[in-house]
Amino acid sequence: MKSLSKFMDSFGAILLAIIWIAPLLFAFWAATHSTSDAVNLNLFSPWTLDNFRVAWDGAPWLKYFINTFMLVTVILIGQFILTTLAGFAFAQLQFPGKDFVFILVLMQLFILPEVLIVENYAMVSRLGLFDTILGVGMPYMASAFGIFLMRQSFKGVPIELHEAARIEGCGLLGILWRVYVPLAKPTYLAYALVSVSTHWNNFLWPLIVTNSPETRPLTVGLSIFGAPENGVDISIISAATLMSVAPLLIAFLIFQRQFVQAFLRAGIK
Amino acid sequence: MSAHANLERRRQAIYGWLLLSPAAVLLTVFAFYPSIATLWSSTFSRGTRRKPTEFVGIENYKDLFADPIFWQVVKNNLFYAGITIPVSIGIALAMALWANSKISARGFVRTAYFTPTVLPMIAAANLWLFFYTPGLGVLDQIGSVFGLPSVNWLGQPETALWAIIIVTIWKEAGFFMIFYLAALQTIPEDLKEAADIEGTSRWTYTRRIVLPLLMPTTLFIAVNAMINSVKLIDHLFILTKGGPSDASKLILYYIWEMAFAFFDAPHAAAMTILVIAVLGLVAAVQFFYLDKRTHYQ
Repeated sequence: MKSLSKFMDSFGAILLAIIWIAPLLFAFWAATHSTSDAVNLNLFSPWTLDNFRVAWDGAPWLKYFINTFMLVTVILIGQFILTTLAGFAFAQLQFPGKDFVFILVLMQLFILPEVLIVENYAMVSRLGLFDTILGVGMPYMASAFGIFLMRQSFKGVPIELHEAARIEGCGLLGILWRVYVPLAKPTYLAYALVSVSTHWNNFLWPLIVTNSPETRPLTVGLSIFGAPENGVDISIISAATLMSVAPLLIAFLIFQRQFVQAFLRAGIK
Repeated sequence: MSAHANLERRRQAIYGWLLLSPAAVLLTVFAFYPSIATLWSSTFSRGTRRKPTEFVGIENYKDLFADPIFWQVVKNNLFYAGITIPVSIGIALAMALWANSKISARGFVRTAYFTPTVLPMIAAANLWLFFYTPGLGVLDQIGSVFGLPSVNWLGQPETALWAIIIVTIWKEAGFFMIFYLAALQTIPEDLKEAADIEGTSRWTYTRRIVLPLLMPTTLFIAVNAMINSVKLIDHLFILTKGGPSDASKLILYYIWEMAFAFFDAPHAAAMTILVIAVLGLVAAVQFFYLDKRTHYQ
């Protein structure tokens, strides 16, 4: 009886797992076979890499990859600097107006950047950043979520370390750099993984702010490539999709544990 | 109060504001100012070449409330939320219970559940396109084995929104699973042992002990799922573009369309304000709830 229920559990869990990755498996199948073999689910048909070749030649993917890479890097650097400084100020300094500003920052957690697309677009254009990678990245740099995360992390640093560094003659920024930042390494790693995967996958805002292959990230490029007007068939779309998710997917499969921990840490706050 | 303490306080104030200023400037430029500007521009008419913009008060909001498409979109989004939130929570819970139990191939199972989380919504939509395409798609192929007619899942009003909903659930359930998984690991082993000694069935143990202990996690996930039901719209661009005849159009997509396809910023602004109001309400409920939870501890 017990072993039967255990078997049913394993069976159900594995069945759901197979259903869950089926879309990826089918895409892989379609990408490695000719279109007619793919749609007929012809199991013994020959494998081919032609779809990848056609897809790769169909759009400036290398440029898109570089753009996405630049974008996530620019955002991450901006976020690290801004949230470190602000998080430290909120965690360890006393100054008038601190609580009020902190509440303002928390409010931003609930005004999703996605919702403010109209006015943010106007702002980016006004600043002359339309169709630039900086323009895509800037609204995300002062992340309220990141500030909150850093503040929590810095609050856990024992005050004795702070005092000791000060007695050694360290200035405030020196203390931040030599004591707080090294101790918050796990938080930085978690935040980096969440930030990179969020912005690697972001679509709506880059769609609005970019207007040329010079700045377009992968997601936007992929959506244009797959548009029905272009008349690309399913095998080639699958190949292009797999190509554009490959770096993040492979990174995830290798560093799975860290990814899951990062999302957990970032989610629970 | 010595002069030294006074100096220290002033030093901290200066440093505090200096450290805060870069973030404060960007938050003002890309969050606070745009929020107020949206409210402001939602009270002006759309300017045309002949007629410049003028103050119209709540006229734009009245237009929206008189617009049948707006109500259709609101209805769609409520339905979208009403299905995706409970179903993805339910599936996430089942996944977590399985991924936490001693089954074979547990590593594979966990990875499979979580993988959609790291894919872009655009890529997810492309993957599902292969399932939904009439005639060629996997669903139709499976259907034809059983002699079912070909269905245009994305092309007919009755099924288009469902097709969208399924992709969203597929995308977010694995993400919610990890929060349940983390919470399950904090439940002490002795509770399970005690239940076993008492001869409690597994179903009763799950229902009477595990689920109540997971309640805070469930609420946390529910708030996230609610925010997602506003935010996750990227797949509309690939799969349906809101069609056919607005059957799968969601609010954020409509805002985008209003502003960047119809160039009607004032009405888009009015709709944005309504969304912010609803999100604010969700935030208030969450704060109220979180307050309560801290009292219990």
